[in-house]
Amino acid sequence: MIHPFSLSAFIVFCAFVGIVLAISFYMGKKARSSRGYYAAHGQIHWFVNGVAFAGDYLSAASFLGICGMIAFYGYDGFLYSIGYLAGWVVALFVIAEPLKRLGKFTFADALDKKFNSPAIKFTAAISTLVVSIFYLIPQMVGAGALVKPLLGFPEDFGVVLVGIIVVLIVVTAGMVSTTYVQFIKGSLLVIFCFALTIMILKRGLTTDPGYAAGNYHRYELKKIADVTAGGTVLPEEAGWKGKPYVRVKSPDGSIIAWRKSADPTRVAEAQMLGKRDGKPTVNGRPQGTGKGEADLFAVGQISKLPDGQTSTGPLGPLQYIKTLQSSEIILWGSETIAEADGSKTIVYFPKPTPGSAIMVPGGSPTFAGVSPNFKGTARERNLKKIDFLSLMLALFCGTASLPHILIRYYTVKDQAAARKSTVVGIASIGFFYVLTLYLGLGAMTSGSIDVTNNAMSAPLLAKSFGPLLFAFISAIAFTTVLGTVSGLILASSGAVAHDLMSNFFKMELTDAQQVRAGKVVAVVVGAIAILLGILFKEMNPTFLVGWAFNVAASANLPALVMLLFWKRTTRSGIAISITVGLITSLAWLLLSGPAYTSVYHLDAARAPAPFSQPGIVTIPLSFLVLIVASLMTQEGRADAVDEMAGAMQR
Amino acid sequence: MEQGTSRARPSDGPAPRNGLSRNARLGLVLFLIYCIFYGGFVAMNAFAAERMQKPVEALGQINLAVAFGMGLILLAFVLAMVYMMLCQASHEDEQGGGL
Repeated sequence: MIHPFSLSAFIVFCAFVGIVLAISFYMGKKARSSRGYYAAHGQIHWFVNGVAFAGDYLSAASFLGICGMIAFYGYDGFLYSIGYLAGWVVALFVIAEPLKRLGKFTFADALDKKFNSPAIKFTAAISTLVVSIFYLIPQMVGAGALVKPLLGFPEDFGVVLVGIIVVLIVVTAGMVSTTYVQFIKGSLLVIFCFALTIMILKRGLTTDPGYAAGNYHRYELKKIADVTAGGTVLPEEAGWKGKPYVRVKSPDGSIIAWRKSADPTRVAEAQMLGKRDGKPTVNGRPQGTGKGEADLFAVGQISKLPDGQTSTGPLGPLQYIKTLQSSEIILWGSETIAEADGSKTIVYFPKPTPGSAIMVPGGSPTFAGVSPNFKGTARERNLKKIDFLSLMLALFCGTASLPHILIRYYTVKDQAAARKSTVVGIASIGFFYVLTLYLGLGAMTSGSIDVTNNAMSAPLLAKSFGPLLFAFISAIAFTTVLGTVSGLILASSGAVAHDLMSNFFKMELTDAQQVRAGKVVAVVVGAIAILLGILFKEMNPTFLVGWAFNVAASANLPALVMLLFWKRTTRSGIAISITVGLITSLAWLLLSGPAYTSVYHLDAARAPAPFSQPGIVTIPLSFLVLIVASLMTQEGRADAVDEMAGAMQR
Repeated sequence: MEQGTSRARPSDGPAPRNGLSRNARLGLVLFLIYCIFYGGFVAMNAFAAERMQKPVEALGQINLAVAFGMGLILLAFVLAMVYMMLCQASHEDEQGGGL
């Protein structure tokens, strides 16, 4: 779908980015030492840090991805919200205080404090780097998806733009500016989303979203005889054979695919996105808004409200959900069809769905296995269920293992402040995740969503309330990407400059040199993030975040938890556990079906990994390896792992 | 170099500690409480998704899936507040005051 350039959105966007950079330059004066650069001198107020936690955590994937997933599939997106928030329980009750007590700048510092082990320094730093880069990918993908409709730039340009701005933020001031950017962003995100939710409830639900932005088409079933009159019915050839469509070519050259319904005499309008000479086509015509061109129309509508109503008027929060549960909503599915000339056409088609089926798990392809209506073999169902359990485990365990979240514990002065800031974080994030449900459902029924890009659902929902709100929400979303990416680049920079160069390789760097080295690393990591963002652009940001949580939970959590709660943990146990968790989870992900399809463009059936989320295997494996390795390296035993790491230092 | 200090250490394990602090024990108890609810929620979604459709009378007929999900978010906040309040009391104990 082509989104027209919006001057107001552009102005607000520039103002936001300008303010962020101004804060960054101003704060830069306060971060001359490494403690200032990486830990903001440990002097950030707990409330500011708590909201900054929310800013860090409510990334592009949380905001854009979850809202989009709810708008497209319903309740399944909310499952991500619940899993992400539950992870904070682990962070607060298990990790926060001891980590603050143990660490200095980074996660590796905390792990290594008891042992002073080169092997731990090395593995923890590599793990931080890998997890941060993995988590950077969805943020960059989200940035590209956002910039394209917002500013009219190509996706790749959006990724490059975010990369450059973020590197500029990180190299100017480090943790102080990042914290304040996150504080502002976190506050604005929660406040504006709250305002948007109130507007959604005030507007209520209607079967005719006439306020819809864009070229909205009302869903209706039409008689086959009516839609074929005056046109030519195309034959069912190539991939169209046996598919439930009637394709009608009009005299003006456009082709409309009509999807058959339960009533054999009636069909509903679908939309086709194809390619001709490398350029996109919509319904057989070049994609565009000019003469002779066509564009996809906006979707998202309730087809039936309870008791035959056409509009409900303002609704309370519980009433809104109850009414939606009793309505019928038009969701949109898609399928890819091979054409006779070898090209492929994606068909987007309407799916009238009862609200009661939308508000339960199993609506999305990711969680389809838990739905009672799953159509597949028992083996496929079981694997899908394991995949679901694995993802929910990874989300639960992953938060407390994310390096950019962990480093935020070092920006406050003591354990009590760490605790308080986590509680503020939980309150802000929990409140926000409740709002995501309304934002997603509001978008689903707003008549303004883009079938090709679910990440744009929240900004497009805002657009249905007016261009200024669209401008603000889009700018906040973009700042969201900036904030999270800068936090991640800072964590990576600390891992390389502080953990590897200074602590592991014992490079003798002055404080100023350490900060400079960190900034150089930030530039390099920024460049890598840009490259990976372009490479993985076909994948859903929320799905990619799930992967990052799997890697983080498998590599870091067992080491952290066992160090804190099992006295017999040894340095070898920690180093081996991190290595095994990191390698197995990464290998699993890269050998999974989604990676085969979206990254290598191969058949998913050839992927060796039986399901896509490795956490349920790799997290327990990492714990097990730690226990076995620790028991084998108790007092008096040779420490081969440290010997190896020591040899690398020489 | 790192290696010298590494060889000088008599043991590979951490220094012994006198058990867990009160805050850590409290954290673990609250964590376990949350685990039970979260585990129950995930298990119900995975193995009894059809039950999640049942309306909850007390919450204006919204279904169990939404009610349970919202409840988990609320529970996280409530437990976090309990933890913060009890931890503060413990801190005051250490200072010789408080409860």
